Amino acid sequence: MVATTAPPPVERVAPQPPWAAGLSDVTASDASLRRFLHGLPGVDQVGAEARATMLATRSIKTVAKAWAIDLAITMIDLTTLEGQDTPGKVRALCAKAMRPDPSDPTVPRVAAVCVYPDMVPMAVQTLSGSGVRVASVATAFPSGRASLAVKLADTRDAVTAGADEIDMVIDRGAFLSGRYMQVHEEIVAVREACGNAHLKVILETGELVTYDNARRASWLAMLAGGDFIKTSTGKISPAATLPVTLVMLEAVRDFRDTTGRQVGVKPAGGIRTAKDAIKHLVLVNETAGDDWLDPDWFRIGASSLLNDLLMQRTKMATGRYSGPDYFTLD
Amino acid sequence: MAGKKFDYAPAPESRGIVDLQPAYGLFIGGEFVDPLDGRAFKTVSPATEEVLAEISEAGPRDVDRAVVAARRAYERVWSKLPARERGKYLFRIARILQERARELAVLESLDNGKPIRESRDVDIPLVAAWFFHYAGWADKLEYAGVSTASSGPPKPLGVAGQIIPWNFPLLMLAWKIAPALACGNTVVLKPAETTSLTALLFAEICQQADLPPGVVNIVTGAGETGSALVEHPGVDKIAFTGSTEVGKMIARSTAGTGKKVTLELGGKAANIVFDDAPVDQAVEGIVNGIFFNQGHVCCAGSRLLVQESAYDEVLTSLKRRLGTLRLGDPLDKNTDIGAINSPEQLGRIRELSDVGESEGAARWSPPCELPDKGFWFPPTIFTGVSQAHRIAREEIFGPVLSVLTFRTPAEAVEKANNTPYGLSAGVWTDKGSRILWMAGQLRAGVVWANTFNRFDPASPFGGYKESGFGREGGRHGLEAYLDV
Repeated sequence: MVATTAPPPVERVAPQPPWAAGLSDVTASDASLRRFLHGLPGVDQVGAEARATMLATRSIKTVAKAWAIDLAITMIDLTTLEGQDTPGKVRALCAKAMRPDPSDPTVPRVAAVCVYPDMVPMAVQTLSGSGVRVASVATAFPSGRASLAVKLADTRDAVTAGADEIDMVIDRGAFLSGRYMQVHEEIVAVREACGNAHLKVILETGELVTYDNARRASWLAMLAGGDFIKTSTGKISPAATLPVTLVMLEAVRDFRDTTGRQVGVKPAGGIRTAKDAIKHLVLVNETAGDDWLDPDWFRIGASSLLNDLLMQRTKMATGRYSGPDYFTLD
Repeated sequence: MAGKKFDYAPAPESRGIVDLQPAYGLFIGGEFVDPLDGRAFKTVSPATEEVLAEISEAGPRDVDRAVVAARRAYERVWSKLPARERGKYLFRIARILQERARELAVLESLDNGKPIRESRDVDIPLVAAWFFHYAGWADKLEYAGVSTASSGPPKPLGVAGQIIPWNFPLLMLAWKIAPALACGNTVVLKPAETTSLTALLFAEICQQADLPPGVVNIVTGAGETGSALVEHPGVDKIAFTGSTEVGKMIARSTAGTGKKVTLELGGKAANIVFDDAPVDQAVEGIVNGIFFNQGHVCCAGSRLLVQESAYDEVLTSLKRRLGTLRLGDPLDKNTDIGAINSPEQLGRIRELSDVGESEGAARWSPPCELPDKGFWFPPTIFTGVSQAHRIAREEIFGPVLSVLTFRTPAEAVEKANNTPYGLSAGVWTDKGSRILWMAGQLRAGVVWANTFNRFDPASPFGGYKESGFGREGGRHGLEAYLDV
């Protein structure tokens, strides 16, 4: 099932959404956008890293840990983004997403399954009616090195196939060479192509390198209408780190203070253990607060993380660690 | 803001690692001895008011015994030892401090009231770092730049009398003992009367390290014990960290005696935030500047100077951040703000805060439940403070921040320097050139740029004006313990 009635390429200025009223001048021109992004308060690298390190020392035990583990499970975008993906692999992943631990029905389901666009039909079919959403990467993931037309076709393809959420990549080359308006317009166009699907904007912070860039790219993506900002593709190292998630959480917090619109955050890549996941939840709790402690506003892009969460969960319930063979591989 | 949904369960560090004795003697000549006139006082946990142990009170005769033991150890052993061997003892002590770090951290938090996160992650690692740093100097003193080729290697002073405060008990001990021993002196140290326990555990560590008897002596007690030590004719050097008031008394009583003196006294540091500062990190720096260790920090950033054009943004962020601070059990690993060290100190903080209100400044604290027992004060900020207010001039030594504003860099410098103190200052800006200019203008011993309350054994520390004289730390800190 491929979209046959693709609308003509978007060649218009996006209508001004109400939340952006106070920021209407910002995206009026390349120059004004640049002035705005460069006028954001800087991020001191040493200080941001020290803050993340301090928060990582929070000791989450007993009932708080049990609560955090279950919340983390409900926030997972269970992901497979491999060249070797097959319908069989995706079907297996979907089964795991709906019932992470077949022996324990009290384990909540994950938030979504994240796949390449051509795997969306299989995921939609398997997950139908389960409440687990289908997320698809798009826009020439992971490099984003394609024409806008191709990126939009990629997006529409996934949406038409039934994806609930689109994970797009920004053009890091354009961003790093200062062509912010180009990045902005591309996000706006993809947003348009998403229709009712939620848009997550992948900044690929590992390629943007500095926290100043991460903050600017976060604001750029939010100004362009992204529903979520996401750290990484998972194909570049470093992917999600605590300080970069911290900087992005500060950005969504400040953006809501300014515009009233809430945007979600998704760290992805490199979060493999329950401990890592709980550290991220502590960051959310002490930076953005309660409103983001919800799968609608915070996601974790991961694959192997789920089994570690299950292992910790079982350990908390039984007092013993089970071997990895007691948890399904995908 | 934080904490309704995600309620961190209690995560207390176990007290089991600490072997508290019901009573402690004085550490003189390498062993614990009873005080000659048998007086003792109790030390309590400021978080619960629980009595932890009985501490001996050293009288003048005990101080004399300690000075005699130190003199004997100096003349017979320590000054005769090759410098390399002195260094070995210090390295050994540093390693034992690291091995027993958890025990020391728990004991420090119990006796002082500071959060275990700080004693574990800041105090004790720095204590070990100080001993490692000065261990390395022991056999390299002639390269420290304090002597000339013709004067030969610098000589130690003899017996050092050292008096330390209660805010960083073991860390201040390390600042005093490590350089003194590295330079070849022996010491008699008096810890503060409310926080003697880690010093007494350090005495055990000296035994464990086989340090020759008498090289380190620890006499516990209050002000009287301190003045007996200061006035003892057998002491060659006095090093004191504490209040400016006591510092002046020491300066008076040592004047004309030939004793070498270093004083590290109070402060009323300006933490200066420009409108181009990295706001989120500046807010962290403000919090760390004044709420670290409940504000019981002589170099605390107790005066916040914010550029008027950034005032609203900084204050909004700061208040939001204060809402996430966790006050409570110092032994809980998630506690940010612990207990006030003593009822006397709590009284002083309350008094000055009341004065702040009556002088017309606006007082604000986040919603914050205080425990029923123990000594507690909520993190507090005063806005609308002017230079003329007492809370902008006097050291409160508690979790109380006075917020002032400025318009231009010159005004910031003027206000920052307009204090009898001059221990530290902080500058927050994205402009490197402004940092350098400010650092040149500020009359403060330490100027932190885009950070606050960072310590390193290689960096000298000390004050201008009523904040004291002499430098501790680094190469400069050696001079205070050498005859140069």
